[in-house]
Amino acid sequence: MAARPSKVYFFGTCVVDLFFPDAGLAGIELLRREGVEVVFPPGQTCCAQPAFNCGHLAEARAVARAQIALFPKDLPVVVPSGSCAGMMKQHYPDLFKGEPDEAAAVSFASRVVELTQFLVNVLGVRLTDRGEKASVTWHSSCHGLREMGLDDEPKAILAQLSNVTVVPLTRERECCGFGGTFSVRYPDISSAMVEDKIADVEKTGASVVLSADAACLLNIGGALEKKGAAARPMHLAEFLWERTK
Amino acid sequence: MPDARANILGRLRAVQVEAPPPSDFSVVEKKTWSPAARLERLRTAMTAVHTEFLDATADGWPETVRAFLVAQGARNVALGPATEAGRLLAAACARAGTPAVVPYDRPVEEIKAALFGDVDAGFTTVRSAIADTGSLVLWPSPEEPRLLSLVPPLHVALLSAATIRDTLLGVMREERWAKGLPPNALLISGPSKTADIEQTLAYGVHGPKRLVVVVVP
Amino acid sequence: MSAEHGPADFHASSTKALHDPQLRANFRRAMDGLMAKRAAQFPDPAEWDALRTLAASIRARTLAKLPELLEKLEAKCTANGIQVHWAESADDANAIVLGILRAKNATRLVKGKSMVSEEMHLNDFLEKNGIESLESDLGEYIIQLDGETPSHIIMPAIHKSRQQIARQFAEKIKGAVYTEDVDALTATARRVLRQKFFEAGAGLSGVNFAVAETGSLFLVENEGNGRMSTHVPPVHIALMGIEKVVEKLDDVAPLYTVVTRSATGQSVSTYLNVITGPRGAGEKDGPPEVHLVILDNGRSRIFADPEVAPTLRCIRCGACMNHCPVYTRVGGHAYEAVYPGPIGSILTPQMEGLAARHDLPHASSLCHACVEVCPVKIPITQILVTLRKEAAHATPGSTIRDAGGGRDRLEDLAWSGWRMAHASPLLYKAMGAALRVFGPFVRGGPGPLKAWTQARTLPRAARRSLHEIVREKGLPDA
Repeated sequence: MAARPSKVYFFGTCVVDLFFPDAGLAGIELLRREGVEVVFPPGQTCCAQPAFNCGHLAEARAVARAQIALFPKDLPVVVPSGSCAGMMKQHYPDLFKGEPDEAAAVSFASRVVELTQFLVNVLGVRLTDRGEKASVTWHSSCHGLREMGLDDEPKAILAQLSNVTVVPLTRERECCGFGGTFSVRYPDISSAMVEDKIADVEKTGASVVLSADAACLLNIGGALEKKGAAARPMHLAEFLWERTK
Repeated sequence: MPDARANILGRLRAVQVEAPPPSDFSVVEKKTWSPAARLERLRTAMTAVHTEFLDATADGWPETVRAFLVAQGARNVALGPATEAGRLLAAACARAGTPAVVPYDRPVEEIKAALFGDVDAGFTTVRSAIADTGSLVLWPSPEEPRLLSLVPPLHVALLSAATIRDTLLGVMREERWAKGLPPNALLISGPSKTADIEQTLAYGVHGPKRLVVVVVP
Repeated sequence: MSAEHGPADFHASSTKALHDPQLRANFRRAMDGLMAKRAAQFPDPAEWDALRTLAASIRARTLAKLPELLEKLEAKCTANGIQVHWAESADDANAIVLGILRAKNATRLVKGKSMVSEEMHLNDFLEKNGIESLESDLGEYIIQLDGETPSHIIMPAIHKSRQQIARQFAEKIKGAVYTEDVDALTATARRVLRQKFFEAGAGLSGVNFAVAETGSLFLVENEGNGRMSTHVPPVHIALMGIEKVVEKLDDVAPLYTVVTRSATGQSVSTYLNVITGPRGAGEKDGPPEVHLVILDNGRSRIFADPEVAPTLRCIRCGACMNHCPVYTRVGGHAYEAVYPGPIGSILTPQMEGLAARHDLPHASSLCHACVEVCPVKIPITQILVTLRKEAAHATPGSTIRDAGGGRDRLEDLAWSGWRMAHASPLLYKAMGAALRVFGPFVRGGPGPLKAWTQARTLPRAARRSLHEIVREKGLPDA
């Protein structure tokens, strides 16, 4: 995928679809502005990670299979979530090992790409900041970081915004405590983790905490709101689009 | 328990395991330094963990060590009198009359009480050393028993700079350890230490509180 | 094991630990320090990658040849004069150790650090049989004074502050006065334990690497208590799990460097003690008798399943726990197991069974921090998911202990519902619509809702879904 494709699929993810649609739309607009045609198969739902992570593989496979069928052409599948991208790229081949549709799953997985990485590494976007001065911090979501290797790209793209200062978290690489069903199976531990995370966010003095993963934003944002903290959560795509449109 | 053996091995043999990719040791093998750089690296690494160094000459080291021991208040020094180095140090001590020499030349059972109770320093030679990690290699022997480098609170080790090698892997290969090892071989990189209380380093928890390396060219 | 002490319960123990501010502060400080020290040891990502690839290949090769290497190790050790014993269970191993001690009339044992002996609950067993079994690693000594178990596999007393240790020494050690000075506390332990080494009838140790090629036991340590335990008493008993063998001497060098750097961020340990036999002809010291006990205790069962077998690559560095956000918050005791943290969360359920310990595979947010630092590339999170799967539904023919033992029919039902909703675009849309209509009226509730709202507000569905917005925009759909 070194060549610049003129057309891509967009997999919105369920959390973006239901809770952060503006982030999804921003991702699509960022791609379209670069002259890339965006295809959005309407039947798409979820990457199946919740069931997969809980060990309910048959259920995960059924849902994953339904997604794969919607993205048949040899086009990149751009995903505005490191976690869902990681699920589809790293785990679909294992999930379908020995199944009749293993080849389709492997092909699909090979085409999955995280949105920020696509913008930076494939499209080489150059952004012009039109926003007010802002101080933000970056939460490196675990699956984006450790399954997709999403580390330098968000920083590189934020560095293009002349009016934005990025104040790093003390423990940028530490999990926010979401972990899917972990947050409700072990709510005390999960709560302790997210409380530490928002304390870290508040210490930066940033007005916005950015992530490329909507699930972390749901978690961190919910904790910020519960505490009545000033900082608000925002998906990186939405932040980029709002400042540059 | 012969049954346990057969049962365990039987269960293991029943499993087919795929052969893994071969091991590529190049990341360890490529570590190499010039002879001068090796000594420097060894010194830096060992000093960082509280090892002390004394420079001496090929002829003068026994007197250097003896004078050092006296200056540190050591009343006596245990050593292996049957080694060449042990003989020379014992002779130097005898000439000057201090410190006293405790020859470790009999079974531990006969010397254990003195060793644990009264000995201030232990002296050993060093077989070779490792620049990479700053480690001394000792092969205790009938002439130079194991506890010399362990029980006395001060361990003085005589190192010939020419014996410093690059890495542990290099030492094991070049000295052909696979052909035969003594009942005990040792790497020592500093005085005994612990960080079990609040991650705070403390020296001399069980073994020697001080390690002094005497380097001869 | 857990049956003796009542069923283990990570849920309750972890919640209790979270409410102990001293404990949380102790762990946070210690783990922060350990993470920084480890990071400083691997400044070059290319070297780190090459080293762990090498280390992983060495451990994988060991496992691929395990039965052959164990037989070779036994033959070489025997030829070197080391007496080799095989134990299927912790009980077998305890009986072997007791038999050796009885034969020598030894009533006092000094121990170097051994996690296998923790698996055996050896101290309790020997005390019940009238033998003093004294831990001599400073951390182990500290917790033994309080009748505790290790909270970390490398730093057993890491849960304690110096003030706690100071109080404990002043209360429990004859002649000790209260001091928070670490050097003074260490000197007190030295004084007590020197006497114990001197008197002991036998010494015991673990094994870091057992080399089949030469029949040598490699012990890694900083304190010298391991050397004391293996050189001073007239008998040395070494305990190892069957997985601890490696093929060649060459294999030790990379494993040794990754274990010290990963564990405590040290470029090298103070001592590497290599034992290839008992006191030799003409030698003045060293134990005239050396025994090696090779313990299975469930490992061969782990070995049988290729999905979970990489568990046995572990070299017990503890980096996974140092980097685990869960372990950092709750500490080691909350796991109610010999091995805590991520490695424990995969090892313990396999040793004790999924019926008893299906709580542990879920004790992770799957953040992969453990996988990132594992020097032998154990896919810990992947194995956690495999164990979650096997707990919920046993794969036919599964060899994992008590597979299916964590089945929950309500949860099965919930996942069936989830599948229906997400495999069907129509149902998915209906669910989204319902969430938008009814969501705002939900303020809290039982079960998952209550759990979530402990520290967070409930998420509110957006007015329009991305699906709806995209449709309005008229984006192509194929």
